[in-house]
Amino acid sequence: MKQYGLQNLFNGWTLFTVITALIIASPVFIVVSYVFVPTGEIWSHLADTVLGNYIYNSVLLLVGVGTGTLVVGTGCAWIVTMCRFPGQKVFEWALLLPLAVPAYVIAYTYTGLTDFAGPVQTVLREIFGWTSRRDYWFPEIRSVWGAMTMFTLVLYPYVYMLSRAAFLEQSICVLEVSRTLGRTPWQAFKDVAFPLARPAIAAGSALALMETLNDFGTVHFFAVDTFTTGIYRTWFGMGEPAAAAQLGACLLIFIVSLIALERYSRGKAAYHHTTVRYRALSKLEMSPLKQVICILACFFPVLLGFLLPAGVLLNWAFQTTEWWMNLQFVEFAFNSFILACVAALLAVFLAVLMAYGARLRPSFFTKFGVRAASIGYAVPGSVLAVGIMLPFAWTDNLVDSWAREHLGFSTGLILSGTIVAVVFAYIVRFLSVSFNGIEAGLGKITQNMDCASRTLGHNPSETLKKVHLPLIRASMFSAGILVFVDVIKELPATMIMRPFNFTTLAVRTFELASDEQLAEASSAALAMVLVGIIPVIMISRTIAKSRPGQEN
Amino acid sequence: MVLKLEDIRLSFDGFCVLDNLSLHVKAGEFVCLLGPSGCGKTSTLRVCAGLESPLSGRVMLGDKIVTDGTKVLPPEKRHIGFLFQDFALFPHLNIFQNVAFGLKGYSKPETERRVLEVLKQVRMDKYAHALPHTLSGGQQQRVALARALAPKPGIMLLDEPFSGLDSGLRADIRDETLHVLKSTNVAAVMVTHDPEEAMFMADRIVLMKGGSIIQDGAPHELYTNPIDHFAASFFGEINIIKGVIKESTAQTILGSVPVSGFNEGEIVDVLIRPENVIVRPRNDVDQHFHTTKIEAARYLGRDSLLHLCVEDETGACTHLHARIDSQLKPIVDQNIVATMDPARAFVFRAC
Repeated sequence: MKQYGLQNLFNGWTLFTVITALIIASPVFIVVSYVFVPTGEIWSHLADTVLGNYIYNSVLLLVGVGTGTLVVGTGCAWIVTMCRFPGQKVFEWALLLPLAVPAYVIAYTYTGLTDFAGPVQTVLREIFGWTSRRDYWFPEIRSVWGAMTMFTLVLYPYVYMLSRAAFLEQSICVLEVSRTLGRTPWQAFKDVAFPLARPAIAAGSALALMETLNDFGTVHFFAVDTFTTGIYRTWFGMGEPAAAAQLGACLLIFIVSLIALERYSRGKAAYHHTTVRYRALSKLEMSPLKQVICILACFFPVLLGFLLPAGVLLNWAFQTTEWWMNLQFVEFAFNSFILACVAALLAVFLAVLMAYGARLRPSFFTKFGVRAASIGYAVPGSVLAVGIMLPFAWTDNLVDSWAREHLGFSTGLILSGTIVAVVFAYIVRFLSVSFNGIEAGLGKITQNMDCASRTLGHNPSETLKKVHLPLIRASMFSAGILVFVDVIKELPATMIMRPFNFTTLAVRTFELASDEQLAEASSAALAMVLVGIIPVIMISRTIAKSRPGQEN
Repeated sequence: MVLKLEDIRLSFDGFCVLDNLSLHVKAGEFVCLLGPSGCGKTSTLRVCAGLESPLSGRVMLGDKIVTDGTKVLPPEKRHIGFLFQDFALFPHLNIFQNVAFGLKGYSKPETERRVLEVLKQVRMDKYAHALPHTLSGGQQQRVALARALAPKPGIMLLDEPFSGLDSGLRADIRDETLHVLKSTNVAAVMVTHDPEEAMFMADRIVLMKGGSIIQDGAPHELYTNPIDHFAASFFGEINIIKGVIKESTAQTILGSVPVSGFNEGEIVDVLIRPENVIVRPRNDVDQHFHTTKIEAARYLGRDSLLHLCVEDETGACTHLHARIDSQLKPIVDQNIVATMDPARAFVFRAC
């Protein structure tokens, strides 16, 4: 009689999950391992000259963006959730719109608007009769302060989104109790709602700050020296990959401490809702003056973060039709589309297999593997690029020299500098996006479904195909869309790793903007913004449905 | 023998769930695993199905070893039927497709014939094209039964299959399930925590506690001849009174029970079900009976529940429950005589 060990059967899935996870996590390990590689002169040179500057700018950006997103995001979330004023329903989703605008795109539009030749200063000069730069003072947007503002404008929706979800989850009873105990609405917010929502707010801020550290396009354009620009310059300008990797490792330390801080604040503030009674939130009635203040407070972030930049882009795109009504633009868009499609499909495919593997055998190894595979999301694209290019280039050289020696021809670059490397980088960075969605989808299927299918004669693979896949189709689709959009907007990894002469919409925007052709860059930027609106719609729908007891 | 479990030991995170459990099920037999929650009854079922792998022990289905210690034949190769508490119908498949799910290797006309056959058996053939969520709980349960029976399994395993149904429906569905299973003559093992349900369904009841079998026998055996306090009290409310062994009888305030195997003068527990406590009006000749009063009487429909106070020699009151025919109309504070049916009393060592 043949015996089938349950362990042996599941080992295939476990092995796949763990090995995939390790491959996905390898770039991060490689970057970290470079901490121990001696680079001698270069590193001490970097440390003496630029490192202090990188740290100073990064910290300044983190503090500024942290404060900015916290005030704007939490404030708007509170107003929209608790107050009644005209347009409140519209602002609920409109406040998410800036999420569709990549930070570097908003940086280009504001630069175009406010530089010396831009419309703002031109109008000012005409009104006041100034003629030269020396006649007046105007804030320089291409500075660390400008970058801070740009990041705040497009990243506050992360804080808005999560804190709003937290406010919606809070039982109205808790708030009403605090009112009956003599708190004004403002005090109730300060003393009850805000502390209760603190874990969610911290998580939102952490996301926003990670995006800040990930950014390359904005700081490069504004000539603000941070780690990401430093990595790029050390690699391409100085040709020192090891030193670039070490800068990357420094940046990782920043990120790890950010995550630790977020975990710490969440760990200390693990509040549980003491009541499960929910009612539709009764919103605060307000005087007309206060209503106007609310409207303005919600309108400004939307105006500055989305309407204005999108309007400017649209205007520029109409003025520069010859830049996008041509085959070349179609090619860029097609490149972006294909890359994003391949990455999204792969990310969903791998996420399904890994999540199912972890579900079949919830062991220490699978849990560890899944965690390891999702760290990529916290790692900036430029750091990932370094961690991928180093081993890929090494492998290519090895294969090439072997082929020359034994086969008599050169294989050239197989991995590095090809689409393979770029797609791998996307998978590493965005796998956790698709994984989270699919894991949540699988979580809704009860274990009894699996058991029913198994006892009816279907093995795990057949069960996945016939039961789970049809049931998580929607999760797979939305996970795919999220990865797709993230890939379209991704700049730093694409910049560093793309094959020669291979240009996407993001790279095109960056190249034209770097040449000060801001208006000409608008069409590609606008295309990305339009694609970026898709997940905004998806997210706002999810939040609206999330309040307990308010379904249907 | 359709199913044989030998010395199964199972533990979760070092916590012992099944402790050297052995169980045999004969062809066509309906066995109920009965016990309080956490007694290991569901785990036993999952070991049978190949959903858990035990530390040691063997499971045989027919003459085939399917579990040998940690070597476990996966559930899909065991040819068993499993009925779940939440029915676990696949929500994306209609009723026909759900029932056809387990029919691997059947041709199309064969599948169609078999599906309609079992659906007819559970009287759900009209709903072949409906989706599960449009059905009521009882209908879903019937479809789940049909789905499990369709591939003609060697044995049916039922995990609290009726606890998801509301009480009015439960009796009907229970009755129907029993008839369907009996007509197919398939052996079945059902898990339940409800003794009444176990007695209703089972040819044999296996009473479990703490991962071991306490008592194994026909329902009337467990009810009329329980092995200990736990077995006696699990099948319904029971009065526990103290007794003293004197001349091979246990002397209690309700009279004496003949016993054997106890030492003279030993203190014992005498257990008597409320329906076996006998009450009657006190006559002049009843001087030697203890003074007994009705503290409260509650009309429960078929019978009435009396709260009795039996005074012993010192005047201390022992509180007892008695069930009597509700036609008798007891009066509170009435002075009565309470005795018991000694044949229905269980005597155990005091614990």
